[in-house]
Amino acid sequence: MTSDETLVTQAQNTWCPGCGNFAIQHAMKFVIQELEAEGMARDQIVLVSGIGCHAKIADYFQLNSFYSLHGRTIPVATGIKMANPDLKVICFAGDGDLYAEGLDHLIHAAKRNIDITVICHNNRVYGLTTGQYTPTSPYGYRGKSTPNGLHEYPLNVIELLLGAGATFVSRAYTRRLPHLKRIFREAIMHPGFAHVDVLQICASFFNMTTWYDERIYETSESNAGLFEFACRTAQQWNYNDDSKIPIGIFFQTKKPVLPEKKVKKEVDRSLLVRTILDRAT
Amino acid sequence: MDRSDICLTLFVVTSIKRSGAEISQLEAEQLTEYSVLIGGKAGDGIAQAGQLIASIFSELGFFVYQYVDYPSLIRGGHNFCIIRAAEKPVYTHRTGVDLILALDQKTVDLHTQNLTTKGTVIYDSPRVKAEGQALAIDEILTQYKGRPIMGNTAMVAGFCGCTGIPWTLVESVFRKKLLKETDLNLLIAREAYSRITRCFDLHQVEGSSPRPLLSGNEWIGLGLLAGGIDAYVAYPMTPSSGVLHFLASIADEAGIDVVHPESEIAVILMAQGFAYAGKKAAVGTSGGGFCLMTEGLSLAGMAEIPIVIVLSQRGGPSTGLPTYTAQSDLLFACHAGQGEFSRFIAAPATPDEAFRWAAEAVQLAWKLQIPTFILSDKTFSEGIYTSETRPEVRATTPIPAPAYPYKRYADTPDGVSPILIPPCRGEVVKVNSYMHDYSGITTEDPEMTVAMVQKRLRKAEKLASMTDQPGAVVCGGSPNAKTAILCWGSPRGVCSEVADELGLKLISPVVLSPFPAGEFRKAIQGVEKVLLVEDSSTGQLDKVLAREGYRTDELILRYDGRPFAVEELLERVRRVVS
Repeated sequence: MTSDETLVTQAQNTWCPGCGNFAIQHAMKFVIQELEAEGMARDQIVLVSGIGCHAKIADYFQLNSFYSLHGRTIPVATGIKMANPDLKVICFAGDGDLYAEGLDHLIHAAKRNIDITVICHNNRVYGLTTGQYTPTSPYGYRGKSTPNGLHEYPLNVIELLLGAGATFVSRAYTRRLPHLKRIFREAIMHPGFAHVDVLQICASFFNMTTWYDERIYETSESNAGLFEFACRTAQQWNYNDDSKIPIGIFFQTKKPVLPEKKVKKEVDRSLLVRTILDRAT
Repeated sequence: MDRSDICLTLFVVTSIKRSGAEISQLEAEQLTEYSVLIGGKAGDGIAQAGQLIASIFSELGFFVYQYVDYPSLIRGGHNFCIIRAAEKPVYTHRTGVDLILALDQKTVDLHTQNLTTKGTVIYDSPRVKAEGQALAIDEILTQYKGRPIMGNTAMVAGFCGCTGIPWTLVESVFRKKLLKETDLNLLIAREAYSRITRCFDLHQVEGSSPRPLLSGNEWIGLGLLAGGIDAYVAYPMTPSSGVLHFLASIADEAGIDVVHPESEIAVILMAQGFAYAGKKAAVGTSGGGFCLMTEGLSLAGMAEIPIVIVLSQRGGPSTGLPTYTAQSDLLFACHAGQGEFSRFIAAPATPDEAFRWAAEAVQLAWKLQIPTFILSDKTFSEGIYTSETRPEVRATTPIPAPAYPYKRYADTPDGVSPILIPPCRGEVVKVNSYMHDYSGITTEDPEMTVAMVQKRLRKAEKLASMTDQPGAVVCGGSPNAKTAILCWGSPRGVCSEVADELGLKLISPVVLSPFPAGEFRKAIQGVEKVLLVEDSSTGQLDKVLAREGYRTDELILRYDGRPFAVEELLERVRRVVS
């Protein structure tokens, strides 16, 4: 078997034809093979997925995985990384999953700069539950739960992440594959919390292919170290208006990383308990 | 005035006051057990003062129990502790107190009625008006330039003077327990000590040496360490936070991770992340936080991830009575989480049991890959106890090795699929919240579903056989009595004393899930009348027993947030047995 074949399981793929998830899986497979060729062992990788169409990726990759709950990739990934800092922990989450149900975890993970990678399959709609609005759906979106049109503006998640203190904030698009691969690679290699908001279409409920193709452009990353510059780039598109959509690394910086590389001493528990009891006597 | 002048002044004052004390020594009382109540405003350091008194009793060889009563606020309000010391193990308080130490007027107004006939009051004069011995705390603090919080030091020293505890012993305990501004505290203590006349004659208990003194939460934390936890994850919530604080304070020394994340939802999932990567993790919370954990609990059931949950109950529903006790989450703990999966629940009632069962909870979680619970409550978690024995860490049995190629949910006779910790060269470890196949990949296949459900049911059977063992149900009182007091968790202490006093049998299951049917059957044999004592309004153990085919005859329930004192329960039980 080729390395490519051994990276996928026998599980039947049930994503809709044309789904953006295929591109995400393909790009990630490419990056993993590249990293493997450079000496990283694939069994060092742990994938954590939420619940939604995106999450099936855990079944499809023949890699260590934790198929978690809706909205709960990040706390699981945080625990895994803290338990073993040598593991490469990558979260795959959906936009409803990550930006609605699990938003608090995202903010706090960015704040504590936990060394994990979070990839959001952002199709701006709930696919598996058949087409309801998510936090990034545009104003006026008509879904089964909002038949008269959505009366909320979408969340600009890039601004949100910048505000939360994320040290790697990026956006990519599933139909710009070489760019997507590069962003994935940079995100995985970034020491600290790395976030990739991947714009993708939902072939069944929110097909935006032409709309995205006309507006998306690769932004210059030469000022990615400047926070104020990043904020301005983030504001070019608010997930709602008809404007140009920048993709790329918006912001990248260094901050103290969790977990700290601290060697834990092996402690004899019998002795420890005796010491504590003596102290309490 | 330099230091030597202070010493000289102290000496003079001491000698004058001592002569007074010596005169009254002839009338001083020697008791076999003592109850001391110290009260004041929140912020007066009442709990700390109580612990100092408890330490002094322990130093004298007494068994100690300290009840802590405080409202949910930081400043003001009325806090009090009752420290009960006896020559035999004590796990509950009495209403009657021999000595009241009043740092506020409420202490006198609320508790003087409970003073025993030989009892006395020491009060902070002139702030508090009372009959007894006045202690001019402000005057002492001004004299030594002490801070207001040191008033509690003065009061503890007043207690020492009143009970005739040798100064050398007082000083040694203060030096050991008061690590900040020790010398200043000692000056204040010495002054207060010398101003109080002796009323009791407290002696070293013969043949008895000091015992470790820790809160219920600390005993649980110590048991978790003994069981081998590598991580403790918790969001602060009274009355469980003591476990978090204790383990955080020793995390570096113990080589464990202690994490306080953004919510209880994050807590239980983070802990399962630790477990996936091979680190034994426990979490702690109270009812409201546990509500948030139920989704993650069910995940642990489906994905078969070992996890230990310390659930310390308080008055509910909802925010309820944050700092007061209840036993109203038994059925919740038994049934929380969607779907069907087994869990282990133990409710320890003593420090020795807390240590033993917390360690056991860690081991069982990993042997069977299930969620396990230590069910506590405010009374046990925040009560302070000396243990009966000096607990030791037990050797643990190694976990069986997996077969290769590895399948996370491989079918086995006992339903337990050996765990493999990633990274493992050439193998993948897949866990899944969906129904899954043997390798951890999502399935909706009916036959595979049945196989997986039955695999988990076999684990439940194994759990029951492992836990329905001696020790799962504790008995006491009169073994052949026809009437039994039935209880679980913290009320055991008070029930045990009442059963002894009235010649009744005591039956107290420690293991509550799976219900130890065999051990309970043995315990209940020959009993004709059962009185259930529980801190709830519905009698939840009664409902657990009904499912097992038993019925209780009387429910003695309490739901005002306060635990029964011995006298209170005696009265309630007498009403139904006479």
